[in-house]
Amino acid sequence: MYKYDAIDQQLVNERVAQYRDQTNRYLAGELSEDEFRPLRLQNGLYIQRQAPMLRIAVPYGMLSSKQLRKLGEIAKKYDKGYGHFSTRQNLQLNWPKLEDVPEILAELATVEMHAIQTSGNCIRNITTDQFAGVAPDEVIDPRAMAEVMRQWSTFHPEFALLPRKFKIAVSGTEQDRAIVQAHDIGMEFYKDAKGQTAIKVWVGGGLGRTPILGTVIREHLEWQHALTYCEAIIRVYNIHGRRDNAYKARIKILVKSLGIDEFKKQVEAEWLHIKDNPNTITEAELARVAEHFEAMPYESLPTNDASFDSAIASNPAFAAWVKRCVHPHKQSGYRAVTLSLKPHGHAPGDITSEQMAVVADLADAYSFGELRASHEQNLILADVKLCELFPLWEKARTAGLATPNIGLLTDIICCPGGDFCSLANAKSIPIAEAIQMQFDNLDYLHDIGDLELNISGCMNACGHHHVGHIGILGVDKDGSEWYQVTIGGKQGIDASIGSVIGPSFSAEEMPGVVQRLIEVYIKERTPEERFIDTVRRIGVPPFKAHVYASKETANV
Amino acid sequence: MSNLIKDNAIAADEWTRVTPPSLGEETVRKQAGKVVLFKLTGEETFSAEQIAATQIPAGKVLIPFAVWRAHKDTLANRVSQGEVGLLIATHEAIEDVIAEVKDINAFVLVAIYVERFADGRIFTIGNLLRTRYGYKNELRAVGDVLRDQLFFLKRSGFNSYLIRADRSATEALASLKDFSEPYQGAVDITEPAWRRINR
Repeated sequence: MYKYDAIDQQLVNERVAQYRDQTNRYLAGELSEDEFRPLRLQNGLYIQRQAPMLRIAVPYGMLSSKQLRKLGEIAKKYDKGYGHFSTRQNLQLNWPKLEDVPEILAELATVEMHAIQTSGNCIRNITTDQFAGVAPDEVIDPRAMAEVMRQWSTFHPEFALLPRKFKIAVSGTEQDRAIVQAHDIGMEFYKDAKGQTAIKVWVGGGLGRTPILGTVIREHLEWQHALTYCEAIIRVYNIHGRRDNAYKARIKILVKSLGIDEFKKQVEAEWLHIKDNPNTITEAELARVAEHFEAMPYESLPTNDASFDSAIASNPAFAAWVKRCVHPHKQSGYRAVTLSLKPHGHAPGDITSEQMAVVADLADAYSFGELRASHEQNLILADVKLCELFPLWEKARTAGLATPNIGLLTDIICCPGGDFCSLANAKSIPIAEAIQMQFDNLDYLHDIGDLELNISGCMNACGHHHVGHIGILGVDKDGSEWYQVTIGGKQGIDASIGSVIGPSFSAEEMPGVVQRLIEVYIKERTPEERFIDTVRRIGVPPFKAHVYASKETANV
Repeated sequence: MSNLIKDNAIAADEWTRVTPPSLGEETVRKQAGKVVLFKLTGEETFSAEQIAATQIPAGKVLIPFAVWRAHKDTLANRVSQGEVGLLIATHEAIEDVIAEVKDINAFVLVAIYVERFADGRIFTIGNLLRTRYGYKNELRAVGDVLRDQLFFLKRSGFNSYLIRADRSATEALASLKDFSEPYQGAVDITEPAWRRINR
């Protein structure tokens, strides 16, 4: 992974000093709440219901074991001994003290980490596929470009105060595991007809209050121009984005109101002026950064391993885990492993300091000392030998990190919700926990098969509920918490936004509602058909009918 | 003491800012139940009546674009004597200003007025004035100008900053040096770190 040089380190150190000074001025009353707010937000610090929340950047989800150990120590020293991995691959601390944040940043800087631009109206952490660099279906490893873009976007002077937040995702596979279509800018890397790396650029996607999938603004962009083209897009947005209304301030609203043709015309006109300026990426710079992402020193291993095969045959629990948590790898004899942060009955994405230390040790022992955070809020060891999966599983299981539910109904993507977040209309974690307990039978869970269930506590959609096969949105009705259900959402290259099935439900009803959705699926599915396929084939009405029929019966 | 920073030092402010009188009460605009804090790009700043009622004193004057446009013939002589600075608000379309002004370098001072510090249009406007429209003279930020935006303003082509009256310009000076080696190319340092430095 990328290692800081003197330039990177100096910048992060200077940031610590700058933020320390800003915090001191705020505490001394020299900065008003309104003046300090954008400063602390651009450093990931929210003021929440119980305490501040600090969002620490995990650039495109990559972490070293050393960094994770430090995060565990920080969570223990300055927080309550746990952290929360977010849907944007970052780590959030729920209980730090505002006055401790400069010290936390200083500690983070010692392991090449920071909280720069993890919130606020600026370019946020750039996200990507958690299997970047190891996935067999990968065309281009997007991490070097993601790092080049991270540096470019860090304290970009022109885009320091945009109309609203700005999220960029990059992906190098045809399948797209980075939801590029749900981002302000999505970049899909591919090989063009000449065998050169090119970028398909999507713009104006986003979930939140107005969910819209992005539109292609350019089918073919040479990779050298990635930064200047983004500058052209964001410049048009910076000038013309709606600053008069925060709900209409995202770039998607501008793109929609101008129409993609007019928006593209303005962007291309702008780009003509700045194309080939010094921010144009050179072969040498891409190569310098790409060196950090070269393939690991893999051993040459056979495709099969006898000890692995016999463990699968003799141990059903291990076999179930392999089926759900182990993923193909482009290197023979290696696999990628997802450590589930979704044990049933616990807050999705949460991890204790002790577990962080365990994962760091596992990464050192089995995966070259590196790991990744996924937008599904799990951790990934990307380079594990087939013959070491069994001992890895035993250790992960002891630490509560081996729930065999990846990609299943209980692998719930969930925002912190009303328990923590001051924006939320409703709680989301207790709903996730109740649904997990409703489906606690692993055989049943495996029989239901691939299913993505997403929960957001408000329309800001941090839980990406619009693209969940089943999406649950917390809404406020006359001061009480209700939940609206959508089905048919999907991430990936054939992304779609889910449809609302009908009036919302109380918290107590939610496990039963999901149960009834599953009953329709089980009844209607054809062999090998996933939940999402059945929804797409038969539509919403049969699901709606069953869910609300039983509701009426219950009310009688 | 002056609250003006010019070329990295405290400097005397020789310019009188001309503000059109407000005629009658301004209506509070709301969107989605909230008071609108920012004007949309392209919105008019002053009414014709306000512009007509504006008094322009003698000496070095910083004049809003709309006022200058209304009086440009009578002001031409003062412009050529270096007595007129042009004040552009962040919501005014810079390409329209340039089309009207023609030679922006006829003005010894161009100031961008930012009503609220969170309005990042000021950065793009500064950048365009320097890189696209070739403006070479003093470029000043005025209005809600606070030290925590200075580094970005400098990088966007500004070389003078009138710090908000209730804040210390002397203390603000330090923020011009918040970071020693920025990553990306911008107006002040055009090359990104990897072109400037052997990394």
